[in-house]
This record gives sequence, structure tokens and C-alpha cells, in this order.
Amino acid sequence: MTVAQGSEVQDLNLVDLVKSFGDFVAVDDLTLTIPAGSFFALLGPSGCGKTTTLRMVAGLEEPTSGRIMLGTQDITDEKPYKRQVNTVFQSYALFPHLDIFENVAFGLRRRGVKNVDAQVNDMLELVELGPMARRKPAQLSGGQQQRVAVARALINHPGVLLLDEPLGALDLKLRRQMQIELKRIQDEVGTTFVHVTHDQEEAMTMADTVAVMNKGRIEQMGPPVDIYDLPRTAFVANFLGQSNLAQGSVSGTSGDNLVVSSSGASFTLPSERSVRQDGDLLIGVRPEKLAIDAADADTVPDRHNRLSGKVTDASFTGVSTQYLVMTTWGDEWIIFEQNRSADLHQLGDEVVIHWAPEHTFGLEIPAGG
Amino acid sequence: MPSLAPTLSSPSAGAPPAASGVRRRTRTAYLLLIPGLLWLGIFFVIPLVSLFFTSLQAPTDKAGVYQPALQVSNYLVALQEYWPQFIRSFVYAGIATVLALVIAYPLAYFIAFRAGKWKALMLVLVVAPFFASFLLRTYAWRTILSDEGAITTFFNALHLLPQGRILNTPIAVVLGLTYNFLPFMILPLFAALDKIDPRLIEASKDLYAKPSTAFRKVIWPLSLPGVVAGTLLTFIPAAGDYINATLLGAPGDRMVGNAIQTNFLQFRDYPTASALSFILMAIILTLVFVYIRRAGTEDLV
Ligand SMILES: Nc1ncnc2c1ncn2[C@@H]1O[C@H](COP(=O)(O)OP(=O)(O)O)[C@@H](O)[C@H]1O
Ligand SMILES: [Mg+2]
Repeated sequence: MTVAQGSEVQDLNLVDLVKSFGDFVAVDDLTLTIPAGSFFALLGPSGCGKTTTLRMVAGLEEPTSGRIMLGTQDITDEKPYKRQVNTVFQSYALFPHLDIFENVAFGLRRRGVKNVDAQVNDMLELVELGPMARRKPAQLSGGQQQRVAVARALINHPGVLLLDEPLGALDLKLRRQMQIELKRIQDEVGTTFVHVTHDQEEAMTMADTVAVMNKGRIEQMGPPVDIYDLPRTAFVANFLGQSNLAQGSVSGTSGDNLVVSSSGASFTLPSERSVRQDGDLLIGVRPEKLAIDAADADTVPDRHNRLSGKVTDASFTGVSTQYLVMTTWGDEWIIFEQNRSADLHQLGDEVVIHWAPEHTFGLEIPAGG
Repeated sequence: MPSLAPTLSSPSAGAPPAASGVRRRTRTAYLLLIPGLLWLGIFFVIPLVSLFFTSLQAPTDKAGVYQPALQVSNYLVALQEYWPQFIRSFVYAGIATVLALVIAYPLAYFIAFRAGKWKALMLVLVVAPFFASFLLRTYAWRTILSDEGAITTFFNALHLLPQGRILNTPIAVVLGLTYNFLPFMILPLFAALDKIDPRLIEASKDLYAKPSTAFRKVIWPLSLPGVVAGTLLTFIPAAGDYINATLLGAPGDRMVGNAIQTNFLQFRDYPTASALSFILMAIILTLVFVYIRRAGTEDLV
């Protein structure tokens, strides 16, 4: 299946987009470009403004200010029923009085397409619902309804397909299955997908590009691997995966590295991995980048950052062990260690945690925390 | 409720207690039905049967006294004499129902989707007329529509009234019927519209439906149960009504209800009055049956 009729797949541009409800700013000066044909995930906690953003793109909510561009066309003031944008609603919103076939055909019929049968059947085939064509939505399972919602939107060959937490109502197993399914469908049709979710794992496994949203703003945007490797704010460091953070201040440089002193210890990190080059900052490192050794071990490479502490919790999960280590200054760090050898650290053991400087990142200290 | 039994007692608990529990529960259910059945029997079935036998009675030598018989011709005589009243009943009730639908739909739509915090207040206002007596409210319309009243004067100035007046014409009867049964149209329409998920309307807009198309393809079909209930609740009592024709119409505007009333109370011709009642009931039941069948199978797409 190709995007033959309908609109070309085009970039979606949001420019300085603002939406306020009274005094409350739900979407705060959002500017972002969603490249044509990408699988884009808008990731953020509940209430951060994801749905509001999608509704503005769909035309169901009027922006307080800012522009929405599809390719070179400004669609900010276009009526929703004229926009080349379709939505898979959070609640599916299937028409209960129409059967599956007519639900899927709805958009085509409204645009005056004469022979809808072939297209509708193709689309039902794509989402593997051919035999269900004459059933009513209420007779379908949650996963099937979800696929009808996708088919009903996708059949119109929209320039952009908006998906508002489409898997939120499904159980875990079905959700995993549908993640793969949606990815396959997107590969097949090549339409731009804007996928809203609060599930960071879902965003990372599905999307080419992830935008992490917080309190109406985009905190960071990029390929999931890049964001995971180098988070730029404390919120991103903790919302996308887990991070160990420590407060410190820059005490000098050594070549391309910054030297940060923190609670008596000294750490180095590449200066391009820090958002600050001087003053107070947070340094962070992902739990799986850490190695843990007995305190008296002499295996720690000299160039590694290190700190010592005491094991307060160890949970064995088969492939790896998750440790909690109390640092000398009273923070608890989390460490994932692969179970390559059988000698595990015990509760109360004195240990040294160490990691390569290039796995460290430096962040701004968030206001009020 | 036998289907509840397996979930209420685990299978291993043994069958006998569960089974007797079911029996006890069904017995309670039947006991609870008794008051309702008694009510139906005393106030509906017995009068209906007695009315039916009355409709077949034959006259005796004394006026107002009838004897048991199987005089089926009563029905033919009633129809021959009162067919214009039947026609008027159904025409007036039909027009009043359509008018009520046209007035009630936008109102119910507004209350369901746009009234916001005023919703409850507006619903109270819809039923507020019930706090005054039906007779009194209909009587008030005599003043509103009187020959010297503002409404009649206004329409006469425009030369829009063929008889030069509204009171004591079929127009007044239809207006009275529309007014009196309007709440029975608004409430079921509101109930149906209020149940429609506004997100469905958004979804239809997202799928290229203009507001008018969204109405035709989504809102109207989903509100049909309310339309059916409302039209039935308006049409049935309106077709049997006689107060509006008595108070607002001329003698030539009388409906079947009036014919039944005069036969019972003035002529004391009980068989004719009963036969008229049965004919009215039969016609209404037939119309309702046909209507519901059509509404249920109508192709909504
Ligand atoms: N119509 C509205 N009126 C007032 N506040 C709203 C409205 N819609 C959304 N909000 C508020 O805007 C914020 C963002 O909502 P939403 O975009 O739905 O968040 P998300 O989809 O990320 O969970 C929430 O705090 C919500 O309460
Ligand atoms: Mg949401």
C-alpha cells in the first residue's frame, strides 16, 4: 500500500504554539518540526499538555497564539473537517451505530469518494479485521476496536496521523503486540505518525524521534538513543529511564574534560556532555553504566570516576542484579550489573562504584530541587 | 437470577445448598412481582374485559340500560357515525407531534450540549408546568388566544387567519395539544442526546464531516431512540385527548375523546362509547407497531 491519493506526506511544523485555559497555560510556546514520514513520539507525564497539543493540530482546539504549518501551508485557522490530518482518539470514539465497514468508510464517504469497497477492504486487510466488517464496534475486543480506530483514520491518507495514547486502554501483553503492529503499519504506509504516550518504554521502542514534554514545554527532542545517552535536563534524565544524580560544582578543567568536585570526591566528564561549564551543576550517570567492586579491589581503572558506599539492597533478577548503594554522603545510587560471575555483593558490603568519564552527563540544577 | 448462582457459590461447596438457595431467591422474586400483578389485574385487565363486554351490549326498552349480548354491529355503527372525529384526532395529534418535535429537538439539544451549569435548572423549567393543573393551563390558553388578544390581533393585521380568529378553530386545538404534551417530547429527546459522547462529534469532524453532516450521520441516528419515545409519548395521549378540543375548539373540531366522553356521560350510550374506546386503542396499537418496526429497521446510513 502506498500513499497514492490524498495528501503528500509533509513536515509538520508547530511555531510558538500557546494554549491557555484561563490563567492556566497548558501548552507553553511550543516550537517543533516533525519530519515527513517519521514515527514521532510525544512523551510526557499525565497533564503536561500532550492531548491539547494534538487537538490543536487536529483543529479541535483553537491555539491562543502561534502557527501550525503542514508543509508550506498554514493550517492554523482551517476547520477540522478540511484538514489533511486524522486522529486515533484516546477512547477510540468509534461510531456505535455503524458497523466496522461503515466506520472505516466514514471519511471516504464524506469526501464524496464513490467506490469505497476496495479501499475499505484493503484497509481492513491491513489491520487484519477483514472478517469483522459487518460487526458493530461493541462486538469487538479492545485490541480490535483500537485497530478499527487506526484503519478509520489511516484510510484517508492523512498528511499526519495523530495517535493519542492509542494503547493506553490495553493490557500489557496486547500493548506490546500492538506496538509492533503499529510500527509495521507505519512502515507500510509511510505516513507521519505523531504518537502521544506517557510510557517511556513505548516511546523508545517505537519512535524514530522522541520529544519529552513537561509542563507544556518540550524539554528535549531527538532519537531515543541520543536522549537516553545524553539527557539535557534532570526531568528527562529521570523520566526517560533512570539516572543517578549528584550535586557538585566545577572546580577546573583538564584538557577537554571538566573536573567537578562533589561532597569531597572529584569527578571528570567531557565538557561537551555538560550543559554548564562553571558553577554549580548536577552530574549524572545511568545505572547500567556503573560497575561495582569490593572496596579493596585494585581493578578500578585509574581514569574512572569512583565513589564508595555500602550495599543496602540487592535484588537478583536472573540476567542482572540491581543494587542500591548508600554513598558516603547519604544518597542512594542504583546499579544494574549483569550477572557474568557468580560472586554477588552482599547486603552491608563496603563497595566502590566506578564508571568511565564519557558516560557522565552534566545538568542544570532544577529550580526548587 | 439463576445465572448468578455459579458465581455466588464455589462449585466445590456442593450442589444442594446452592440449588435451594436459587429456589429461595426465585421465590422471593415472584413474591415481589405480586403487588405489580395485582395492580395490573385490578386496574387494567378487569376494566378492559368489562369494557369489552360493554361494547357488545344491546339496548333494552329503558333508556340508559343495556343487556349482555354479542352485538358486533356496535362497532360499525360507532365508526359510521364518528369517523370524522377519528380522522381529526389523528390529524391534530399528528400535526401536534411534528410541531412538538420541531420545537423540542433544538431545545433538548441545547440543554444536553450547551447548557453547562444551567442544565439542571433548564430541566426543572421544562417540567415546571406540571405543577399547575392541566385543565387550568389549557384554560389559560383561551385568554392567550382570545379574539382581542395580542396574538390574534397580530396575525389578523397580517391577514393570515382564514377564519379571522384562532380560538375555537382547529389551530387553537393543535397549539393546545402541542403545548400540553411538549415536556413528554423534550425529556426523552434530552435523555437520548445527553447520552451521546461529544467525542463522537469531534471524531466525525476529524473525518471530514461538516457540522450539518455530523448532525445527519452521527447525532440524529444516535438520538433516534429519543425521537421514537418522544413522538409516541406525545402522539398517543394527544390522539385520545378531549380537553383541548373542548376548551379551545369549536363544536366542529371535536375529537374521538369528545365522542367517547359525550356518549358515556351525556347520552349514556355505554356500548358505543366502549366500542369507540376499543377502536381508538386498536388503531393506536397498529400505528405504534408499524412505526416501531419501521424506526427499528430504517437504514440509517
Ligand atoms: N478544556 C479545558 N479547560 C481547562 N483546562 C484544560 C482543558 N483541557 C485541558 N486542560 C488542562 O490542561 C492540562 C493539559 O491537559 P492535556 O493536554 O489533556 O494533558 P495530557 O494529555 O498530557 O495528559 C491539564 O492540566 C488539563 O487539566
Ligand atoms: Mg491526554
